[in-house]
Amino acid sequence: MSIENVEAMKQVFSRPASLNAVQTHFCPGCQHGVIHRLVAQAMDAFDIQAQTIGVASVGCSVFLYGYFGIDVIEAPHGRAPAVATGAKRVHPQRPVFTYQGDGDLAAIGTSEIIHCANRGEPITVIFVNNTTYGMTGGQMAPTTLPSQKTSTSPYGRNTSKDGYPIRMTELLAGLEGTAYAARVAVDTPQHVLQAGKAIKKAFQTQLRDNGFGFVEVLSTCPTNWGMNPVDANARVAEEMIPYFPLGVFKDAAAQGE
Amino acid sequence: MTKRLFVKGNEAVAMGALEAGCRYYFGYPITPQSDIPEYIAREMPALGGEFIQAESEIASINMLLGASACGARAMTSSSSPGISLKQEGISYMAGSECPGLIVNICRSGPGLGGIDASQADYFQATKGGGHGGYHLIVLAPSSVQEMYDLTMLAFDLSDRYRVPAMILADAVIGQMKEALEPHPYVAPDDLQPKDWALIGPGERGVNKVVKSLYLGDGELEQHNLKLHRKYAEMQEKEVRYEGYELDDAELVVTAYGSTARIAHTAVRMARQQGYKVGLLRPITLFPFPKEAYKHHTAAGQKVLCVELNTGQMVDDVRLAVPCVEVEFYGRAPGAGSLPTPEELFAQIRLHCEVRS
Amino acid sequence: MNHDVFMAGFGGKGVLLIGNLLAYATILEGNNASYFPAYGVEKRGGAANCTVVMSDTTVGSPVVGEPEAAILMNPAAMTQFYPRVRRGGLALINSSLIEDDGSSRTDLTAIAIPANDMALEIGDSRLVNMVMLGAYIEYSKFVRPETVKEALKEVLPERNHRFLPFNYTALEAGAAYLRKALA
Repeated sequence: MSIENVEAMKQVFSRPASLNAVQTHFCPGCQHGVIHRLVAQAMDAFDIQAQTIGVASVGCSVFLYGYFGIDVIEAPHGRAPAVATGAKRVHPQRPVFTYQGDGDLAAIGTSEIIHCANRGEPITVIFVNNTTYGMTGGQMAPTTLPSQKTSTSPYGRNTSKDGYPIRMTELLAGLEGTAYAARVAVDTPQHVLQAGKAIKKAFQTQLRDNGFGFVEVLSTCPTNWGMNPVDANARVAEEMIPYFPLGVFKDAAAQGE
Repeated sequence: MTKRLFVKGNEAVAMGALEAGCRYYFGYPITPQSDIPEYIAREMPALGGEFIQAESEIASINMLLGASACGARAMTSSSSPGISLKQEGISYMAGSECPGLIVNICRSGPGLGGIDASQADYFQATKGGGHGGYHLIVLAPSSVQEMYDLTMLAFDLSDRYRVPAMILADAVIGQMKEALEPHPYVAPDDLQPKDWALIGPGERGVNKVVKSLYLGDGELEQHNLKLHRKYAEMQEKEVRYEGYELDDAELVVTAYGSTARIAHTAVRMARQQGYKVGLLRPITLFPFPKEAYKHHTAAGQKVLCVELNTGQMVDDVRLAVPCVEVEFYGRAPGAGSLPTPEELFAQIRLHCEVRS
Repeated sequence: MNHDVFMAGFGGKGVLLIGNLLAYATILEGNNASYFPAYGVEKRGGAANCTVVMSDTTVGSPVVGEPEAAILMNPAAMTQFYPRVRRGGLALINSSLIEDDGSSRTDLTAIAIPANDMALEIGDSRLVNMVMLGAYIEYSKFVRPETVKEALKEVLPERNHRFLPFNYTALEAGAAYLRKALA
C-alpha cells in the first residue's frame, strides 16, 4: 500500500485525544486498556480533558497519569473518593473522577466510597471489578466469587468464613446521594458500546446534574485467574454476570424526567 | 491597639486559620479539640469556604490531600487517637509534597487513654509518625496568642517548603482561655505561586501529577534526598525558640507548650529565691533548636528537661548537647498528673543544690 | 502583682461561669489572666473546677498547686481542695452546703459564707456563684466590681439581661458579707 493510498482512506478509528500515545503496561487480555479508552472517549465527547482532574487509586490502575492527558492526584489505598472530594470542593467547576479497583473501593475504601456517594459529591467513579487483587498477585478480593480460588483462598472462597462477594452498585444505588449507578461489562462489542454509554452518562451526571455518578465495570485478570485471554473473557459472561447482573440500578435524572 | 478578646486556645487556632486565608476544613469530632471544627463550621459559610465533617479521620486527611493538591490553603484538626488514624494520609502528603495544616490538641494515651493534656505524642509528631522517614514542620504554641500566631506561621512555612505542618498543643493550651489580640494576616513576600497545583492540564498540554510513587531506578532515593535537603534548610533558617532569664542561668530548664508555661512560673519562683535558673522553650520542635542548647550551655550549664510524658524531647536535647549533663523530670499523662509550678520549683531546687 | 484563685463545685452550677467572668474582667482592665477549666466527661452534674490566674505582667502557669485563694462550693470540693490552699491564703467556704467551717487550719483566712441561703433570699438559688465571686473580688481587690458587672453584661445573651440586677445584687451581697466577716 502506498502512502498516497493511506491518505486517501477515511480514518474511522483513532486514539481518543484524552489518551496519551504510550505503550500499555497491562497484561495481555487485561481489560483496563478498553476501560481507559471508554473513559477517554467520554472526556473527548464532553471536551473536558483540559479541565479534568483524575484521582488514581492503588493497584494496577495507579498509572492513570501515564495514560491520560489530564492532571492526576495519586490517592492512598481506598481513599480516592475522599481525595476527590477535597479536589472537587476546591474546583467545583472542574470535572473530577476516580478510577478504582475492587480491593481499593470495596474493601479498604468501603467507608470512603459510601460516604462520598451519600454526600452526593458531584464526581464520577469508575469501579473496575475483576474479582481479585491484581497488582499484589491475585489474592481474594471482596468481589471474589464463591468457590473462586485465589492465592489467599487456595481452596476456593468459603462464604461461611470469608463472606460473600459485595455488589457495590446495588449497595450504592440504595443511597439518597447517588444520582447514577450502573454495572457494565466489556466482554462483547455490544457490552463495550453499553459500557461507553454508561461511562458517558456518569460524566454527564456530574457535568449537567451536579450529581454523584458510579459505573462498575466487570473486567478480566487473565494473569491472576490463570487463564488465557479468551477463556478469561468467556468467564465474565459465564460466572461474573450471573452474580453481578448488568444494568442501570439508579438514574435519578431519568426518574425525575 | 486592637480589642483584646478572651478566647479559648482552640478558638484561637480556628481564628488564625481563617485569618490566614484557610478556606477548606476537613475534620471529625474528638475531645478536646471539637471547638475548632465548631468554630469553623459556624464562620466558614460567610467566608465562602468549605467545611466538611468527614466520615472518619482517615477521610478527612485525604480530603486535605486532595484540596492541597489543588492548591488550596486547607487544614484538619484532631486529637491523639485521631492523629494516629491520619498518619497514612500524612505520610502521603509528605511524600507528595502537599502543604497543609494538621492540628493536634493532644490527649493522653496510649489507646483511648484519657481526655487530659499530654505531651506523649512528641515522638510521633517530630520523627515522622507514619511510614517512610519524613518530617513535618512542628510548632508548639504555649499561649492562646501563639495558637493564633503560630497557626498563621504554620501555613506560611508549609507553603514555603511544601512540607505539611503540625500545631502540637494539648488540652491545657486548647481549653484554657486568655487574652488574644487578633491582627491581620500579612503574607510573606517570598511565598511563590503554587504553579505545581492541579487545575486540569488546560492549554499547557502537559499533565501535572501529585504523587508519591517513584519506581524508576534511583528515582525514589533522589526524591527522598530532595525532601531531606528541605529539612536541612529549615534547620538552618526556621528554628524558633524563646529564652527567659538565660543570661546568667546555671540551670537551664527546658520545656515546650503547656509544661513550658508551668515551668515559667517555677523559674520565676526560683529566681525570687535567688536561684540562677532560666527557661529555654522550643517553639519549633521540628526543626529542633539544637544550636540554642549549645549556645546556652556553652559555659557548662546543666539542663533540666520537663515534659508531660516519660521522656521524649529529652532525647533530642541530649543529642543536641552530648557533653552536657541533662536531667529529666516528667509525669506520665493522665487525669491528675499535670505538674504544678511548686512541683517543678522543687525539682529546680534539687538540681541547683546538688550542683552547689 | 500576681493573684490566683481556684474554684470548685458541681458542674452546671456556675463555677466555670464565675471563673470566666473574673478572667474576662481582668482582661477588660488591661491586665492579663488565664482561665483553665477541668471537668468530668459528664455535661452536667459532675465535679467542675477551674483556676484563674491574674497578673499585671505575664501569666505563667495557668495551673497552680497551692492556690492563693479557693472558692469551695460543696463538701467534696472542701475535702479535696481545702488542704491545698496556700499558707496565708484565703478559703471561701459555702457554709450552706459545707458543715466543716475550716477551723482545722489556722494558717489561712477561712470565711464561711451561707451562699445558697443568701442566693435564695435575693430570689434565685442559681445566684450562689455570684455571691461567692462578690466576696472574692472584695477580698482580692485586683478587679473592680464594676468591671465584673460590665463583663457579665457582655457575656450574658441579650434575652437574659433582665436577670442582671439580681446578679449585681448577689455580687454586692457577697462583698458586704465579706466586709462584715473581716471587720
